[in-house]
Amino acid sequence: MDLEFSPEEIAFRDEVRAFIAESYPQELRGKQDEGDDLTKEDFLSWHRVLAKKGWIAPAWPVEYGGPGWTATQRYIWSEETARADCIRIMPFGITMVGPVIYTFGTAEQKARFLPRILSGEDWWCQGYSEPGAGSDLASLRTRAVLTDDGQHYIVNGQKTWTTMAQHADWGFFLVRTNPDAKQQEGISFLLIDMKTPGITVRPIITLGGEHEVNEVFLEDVKVPVGNRIHEENKGWTCAKFLLAHERAGIAGVAASKRGIEKIRDIAMTEMDGDKPLLADPFYRRKVAELEMDLTALEFTELRTLANEAAGKDAGAAANVLKIKGSEIQQRITELVLEAAGHYGAPYFRGFGEGDNEHPIGPEWANRAAPSYYNMRKTTIYGGSNEVQRNIIAKMVLGL
Amino acid sequence: MDLSFTETQDMLRDTLARFLADTYDFETRKKMLTRPEGRDPGIWKALATDLGILSAPFAEEHGGMGGGAIENMIVMEELGKVIAIEPYLQTAVIGGNALKYAGGAHAEALIPQIIGGDAIFAFAYAEPKGRYDLARIETTARKDGAGYVLNGHKAVVYAAPWATHLLVTARTGGSGADRDGVELFLVDAKAAGVTRRDYPTVDGFMASEVYFENVAVGGDALLPGGLDLIERLVDDATMAVCAEGLGAGRRHHELTLAYTKERKQFGQPIGKFQALQFRLADMMVEVEQIESMVLMGTLKLDLPAAERKAAVSLAKAKVARSLRFIGQNATQTHGGIGITMELAAAHYFKRTTMIEGQFGSADHHLGRYEALTLPA
Repeated sequence: MDLEFSPEEIAFRDEVRAFIAESYPQELRGKQDEGDDLTKEDFLSWHRVLAKKGWIAPAWPVEYGGPGWTATQRYIWSEETARADCIRIMPFGITMVGPVIYTFGTAEQKARFLPRILSGEDWWCQGYSEPGAGSDLASLRTRAVLTDDGQHYIVNGQKTWTTMAQHADWGFFLVRTNPDAKQQEGISFLLIDMKTPGITVRPIITLGGEHEVNEVFLEDVKVPVGNRIHEENKGWTCAKFLLAHERAGIAGVAASKRGIEKIRDIAMTEMDGDKPLLADPFYRRKVAELEMDLTALEFTELRTLANEAAGKDAGAAANVLKIKGSEIQQRITELVLEAAGHYGAPYFRGFGEGDNEHPIGPEWANRAAPSYYNMRKTTIYGGSNEVQRNIIAKMVLGL
Repeated sequence: MDLSFTETQDMLRDTLARFLADTYDFETRKKMLTRPEGRDPGIWKALATDLGILSAPFAEEHGGMGGGAIENMIVMEELGKVIAIEPYLQTAVIGGNALKYAGGAHAEALIPQIIGGDAIFAFAYAEPKGRYDLARIETTARKDGAGYVLNGHKAVVYAAPWATHLLVTARTGGSGADRDGVELFLVDAKAAGVTRRDYPTVDGFMASEVYFENVAVGGDALLPGGLDLIERLVDDATMAVCAEGLGAGRRHHELTLAYTKERKQFGQPIGKFQALQFRLADMMVEVEQIESMVLMGTLKLDLPAAERKAAVSLAKAKVARSLRFIGQNATQTHGGIGITMELAAAHYFKRTTMIEGQFGSADHHLGRYEALTLPA
């Protein structure tokens, strides 16, 4: 066992650092990746740089366009991009549907969709949740009926919480193809062109005032049968596979480490009387506890990567990462909001570029409350933390 | 970066686990507790001579297998799984490390005795008024010719009734909690002037109040390094006890899980109730985090002192908190039977509760972490 990076790994880290310093888009520098502040073009500008370099999909197999990195290299990559405050890469294509397509898709589907996911030409969204199917996802009712000639599905229903659907070219949808089978056995996985007639996307504005999520209505939407991934009624297999992938990345360790660094900076400049906030014994203890729990999370992730590399059963690892990772993300926003004091209250939407007025209070404080509100989502999405506990109890503990 | 065990390390774990499964069932352990000496010395001898386990963390030049902190972590985790009443922590980890760091004649003479199962150590560092502060000690070591004379009272010295050797912290100068003047001495447990009041501990061990009254030792009894050395030894020991906590906490969770599958109320196994399923899942999450912190802290023991201390403190604080969560919830889940001596799981609760405070509570270690890493 050895925590030190090897000389090759150090060389890789330096290469990554130099690449980011040189190639991270100028116009993105200093921009915060929060809420809906970033435009589609913002996201795509960094995506395209990475696509060109061949680094856009760190976890993909080489044959589909991945860089062939080891687990440690992927860890270094996430550390370095967080350290440099790089914006996120949207997960819906790269982390979610891409792996489903290369795992379950036909050769034709792979050739058609994977290169456009890598290049960023197609922006993807996820059609999973429905108004009546949240944690109980398998109860979904969006219906897909095969046409008489067997060439198309006609899809009717409603999806919700569809993140960034307002930008999406394509969506991957879970639809019911057999209403008579057991819930999980009557679901199929369809790729749907979001420009297809019959699709309506309506914004949902969340607590922080952001437009991140949407409702998607499907009314007699005609989808070619060739857009179905895997066999008919085998969609749940794809869904479970994808959820497991989503959870592993959901821990957000590197970003949370960066978040705590920012809290330390804030709490050293914010004064409480004649002392920095960080000298307050109660605030200080909360920072220490957060660092403690994040360290435990980081090493849980490292252990998981090591076990994966050794081909060992991951057990409850993905669920532990989801539960603890999401709680930590929320606690970071709590501490920022607490640090903001009075200046947590002022609310300015779209304040910033092109605006001549100065913001009220410290600049970081403007986002403190909206972030806090926004991040309540982390323990809800990707399988709520209660669902994670159900999964541990049933799948790992055998209860 | 590489987080995999070597084949030798896997073998060490398997060998020890098999031996303990055969020799350390709950009933056998219960009988040990009723023996006057509070343990079965034959097991220690078997660990040494039949299995060669005590050679695991020592260098080949001293007759060891060439291991170190990782091997101690493995052994302590396995001992924790059966809540073994063996002085491995005091002897192989603390005694062994003190000898390794000291080197020279002491190491050459005593490491082979540890490996052979003949030398048993106890670590006399705590004092009645010192709490967890390693420097707040009143025991004195007065220079006397080439040697020293020790006077003082050491508190709750685990394994002292069994020990052949004592490692004793004492002041050669300074006062209060001064760093300067704190030194570590190697003392024969039978030396004239050493007296003990022995007693059992709540977690199944034996310990003593150890009194030093004009105990004369040679100049070479002082193991050079002062408080820096003592802090290093305690950090090594802290991670070893965290590893024991991992083994004990994991088994405690397993025993509780098994109980929820057997115990029926309201016409079904209680594990069918979601309230208990969530509790068992949350306990599992804590076990996983303990394992992560044990690995983290152990792998950082050789870093520069400030980084090492910060890492060990974070690990111990988390392990203490998680063990409390697991222990209390395991007891609650068992209901009435959980608070009786009849139940194996209850004895895990007793040991893990003591591990929480051993070498510093969660509060103590969070405080040390803050002092080391947060400015102001």
